[in-house]
Amino acid sequence: MSIEISQVEHVAELARLQLSREELERLSTQLSRILTYMEELNAVDTAGIPGTTSVVAGDANVLREDEVQPSLSPGQALRNAPEAVDGLFHVPQIISDR
Amino acid sequence: MSLVKCTLKELQDRFTRGDVSAVEIVRAYFLRISVVESKVKAFITLNDKETMLSQAEALDHALSAWRKTEPMMAMPIAVKDNICTEGLPTTCGSRILGGFVPPYSATVVDALRSQQYFLIGKTNLDEFGMGSSTEYSAFGASRNPWKLSHVPGGSSGGSAAAVAADECVAALGTDTGGSIRQPAACCGVVGLKPTYGRVSRYGLIAFASSLDQIGPITKDVMDAALMLNVLAGHDPRDSTSADKPVPDFTRVFKKKDVKKLKIGVPLEFFAEGLDEEVYDAVGEALAVLEELGGTIEEVSLPHTGVAVATYYIVATAEASSNLARYDGVKYGFRAKESPDLLEMYRLTRQEGFGPEVKRRIMLGTYALSSGYYDAYYAKAQAVRTLIRQDFDRVFQDVDLLVTPVMPTPAFQLGEKIEDPLQMYLSDLYTISASLAGLPAISLPCGYSRKGLPIGMQILGRPFEEDVVLRAARAYELATDWRKKRPLIR
Repeated sequence: MSIEISQVEHVAELARLQLSREELERLSTQLSRILTYMEELNAVDTAGIPGTTSVVAGDANVLREDEVQPSLSPGQALRNAPEAVDGLFHVPQIISDR
Repeated sequence: MSLVKCTLKELQDRFTRGDVSAVEIVRAYFLRISVVESKVKAFITLNDKETMLSQAEALDHALSAWRKTEPMMAMPIAVKDNICTEGLPTTCGSRILGGFVPPYSATVVDALRSQQYFLIGKTNLDEFGMGSSTEYSAFGASRNPWKLSHVPGGSSGGSAAAVAADECVAALGTDTGGSIRQPAACCGVVGLKPTYGRVSRYGLIAFASSLDQIGPITKDVMDAALMLNVLAGHDPRDSTSADKPVPDFTRVFKKKDVKKLKIGVPLEFFAEGLDEEVYDAVGEALAVLEELGGTIEEVSLPHTGVAVATYYIVATAEASSNLARYDGVKYGFRAKESPDLLEMYRLTRQEGFGPEVKRRIMLGTYALSSGYYDAYYAKAQAVRTLIRQDFDRVFQDVDLLVTPVMPTPAFQLGEKIEDPLQMYLSDLYTISASLAGLPAISLPCGYSRKGLPIGMQILGRPFEEDVVLRAARAYELATDWRKKRPLIR
């Protein structure tokens, strides 16, 4: 299994990582090696075997009544924000004005 | 005996009897930390000594009027730094959580706090729990108290090193693929990964949600039971926590033998790649269990060989999704001078995450991406089912399984850091129990010629921590390994 640099770039874009050229090259080699190792899974016959998403017995959703419960105040929720303005999270411009 | 040498049980007994005050405990542990921490580097954040001393004074004062103690009262316990502690920074060993102070505590921390424990500090870990040596921590590696040139294991390496170096009486770790058991083995202490769902994950910062579990790292098996008594139980805030009765785990020790227990030895765990000294030590441990009345038989877990590949697909896929939340908006680090939002996300994550976390995010994103999902993620989930079925089958016949914890004793700092695949393969023996959600304990069963601890692993059926603990305790009492302590120099 060989992962081209262009593929690594595509995955980095999906993962929102601005990787350097050096990192792209290194990851191309490392991921190729790791994914080659993972090819041993192909030798396992899994026809008709359902996948495990959780080891918790029973797949029923766990629900509770929709009742108001104590939660963080706006002040507490914003305290860790890198930037907060007027009780809101502040981020760089999203929509271009051009 | 010096206070810091006490087990949790011994310290509880001395404190309950009034032989030692809370202030004396805090002073003794801070003195110990001042002597060894610069060498061991177990902690990312230490709690403030003066604050703790005033807490201790208040506690001693209240107790002088009415001596009623809770089990964890005044016990100096360290908490791995991926578990939220209100008011004390929680970093996950990552730059990306720089400056983050949790506005709430994990359920396990609340449980300890309700008994007035002492939070002595937050311990080092591989970034977000991703690693087997603590070398991937953004704050530098911790050291193995038995040999400072060697790793303490990981990812809960700081917790295991702190317990082994007597810097706390017990610690919390977390285990996704072996992160409690492997460092416990490296440092010659006891580490228990409870059944998935036994302990609430609320407030544990997620790595791989279908695998993560909090558990104790302690000086002996009795202490692990004492800790589990406080940690275990259903929590409405974690929908995967099990609504099952929690026994008093210390009562399982009334029977001091393993008579009538059938112990399976999975052949695949004793195959090529296993260090000879580890093989011999675990073999001798099995002989001890047999002398104690256990029946030993060989069993087979045929999918063991593909467990590492399965794990590193499932765990990285879940991680890539869980770590999407670190975007520089709500908490932690944000890259400076980003012209627009998308650029801010990319730069924040690029600068905030270390190399191993990025590697795993990339691997997981790849495994989940269009065109590869079925070949990798869906395939790994199906193989995970087969791995679970292997265990279901053998546990119809045997009560417990005994295996090594890792293929070799602790390795040297720097030995595997450039080779991620070699690092992943060192998790070979701990990963299966994680994929199947089983309870598993790691405890010392010998020392290598170089003087490094060797660990054995005992696995049980889901929610049968009592059986696992009973066998581990019987073995521990029949041997002297727990009495060996490192000389830190």
